[in-house]
Amino acid sequence: MENLLNIFVRSVFIDNMIFAYFLGMCSYLAVSKTVKTSFGLGIAVVFVLLITVPVNYLLDNFVLKAGALSWLLGESAADIDLSFLSFIMFIAVIAAMVQLVEMVVEKFAPTLYNQLGIFLPLIAVNCAIMGASLFMQERGYANIGEATAFGLGSGIGWMLAIVGIAAIREKLKYSNIPAPLRGIGITFIVTGLMAISFMSFLGINL
Amino acid sequence: MSDKETLFSAKNRELLLGPLSKNNPVLVQILGICSALAVTAKMEPAIVMALSVTAVTAFSNVILSLLRNTIPTRIRIIVQLVVVAALVIIVDQILKAFAYEVSKQLSVFVGLIITNCIIMGRIEAFALGNKPWPSLLDGIGNGLGYGLVLVIVAFFRELLGSGTLFGVKVIPQIFYDWGYQNNGLMILPPMALMLVGLIIWVHRSKNKDLIEQK
Repeated sequence: MENLLNIFVRSVFIDNMIFAYFLGMCSYLAVSKTVKTSFGLGIAVVFVLLITVPVNYLLDNFVLKAGALSWLLGESAADIDLSFLSFIMFIAVIAAMVQLVEMVVEKFAPTLYNQLGIFLPLIAVNCAIMGASLFMQERGYANIGEATAFGLGSGIGWMLAIVGIAAIREKLKYSNIPAPLRGIGITFIVTGLMAISFMSFLGINL
Repeated sequence: MSDKETLFSAKNRELLLGPLSKNNPVLVQILGICSALAVTAKMEPAIVMALSVTAVTAFSNVILSLLRNTIPTRIRIIVQLVVVAALVIIVDQILKAFAYEVSKQLSVFVGLIITNCIIMGRIEAFALGNKPWPSLLDGIGNGLGYGLVLVIVAFFRELLGSGTLFGVKVIPQIFYDWGYQNNGLMILPPMALMLVGLIIWVHRSKNKDLIEQK
């Protein structure tokens, strides 16, 4: 349990998707104009990460890894290594899951669907989602619980970042910024400063 | 578009050269930031990344431009993803075979070329509505425009952060004897963001028409 909490806190604060790895920057910059919409996108990202990371974990461990197919084909499968297919399999799972999540949300929570509407399809090509699956594969988490904690943590870290920058950008509208920096330039610099402040979490170990 | 148009007409040259400055994918269209920053701590991975992205953008543009009249609109995103993912797998296998060290440094970011917004963005905005040859030029141009920003950022980060370029020491030892220090902050992620911010500043001061309205 402690281990899960540790992975969760690490992925929210230290290995933050935006501030440490710059993943999902495109939608982070494009959708962070108001707090309300960025909160909606943040929730959608948490939701999709929470589902795709464990699913891809199962896919990686029971289909793609070297020898992973032996539960199905017995000893003869010990040297089958399909990991070169992982990119295409992960992106297929992500695209399918996004589609599925979209349909489920539309059916059971129409109000949420209306809020998330335009963002859900975009999430399929959000680098943070694909990145989380690839990091999960690279770091080799021990069980599905750890992978889920990592997925949830990364999503919440991403949401934290986008809501934070949206709040700052709302206030920035009233500041006197040098003309060439207006809009996107100052957003980069503010993100840099936020990343420096997040670096103070380095070394936290529960 | 007439059939008599030459391969390098003024319009086609604009497709190739425009993305280098006026229409740069990173600085102006704000695409592909995701992977642009993480690989720029050193020159070598930055250049490998730039070449990989250029290759994938160019080929995916051509392939989807050839297929553009046969893909139903409703499932085009999936088709695009499959084409791009197949190309990225090829790039990944080539890198692992011929440049293993660099491919280790790039780690997950090779895979993330699939979700690089430049590629999807150019396919959606250009390749689906144009013939293969202009699409090829557009792909190469945007790949190079992305590479240019990567190389500029990597140049400053490696020079100021490690005092080296391509791993070769360029700041003479005597500077260190006089008390010069490498700026360790340049290696860390936040400075990549700030450098891009500063590059945007310089770029927009030169191209006044890009400045955003209040």
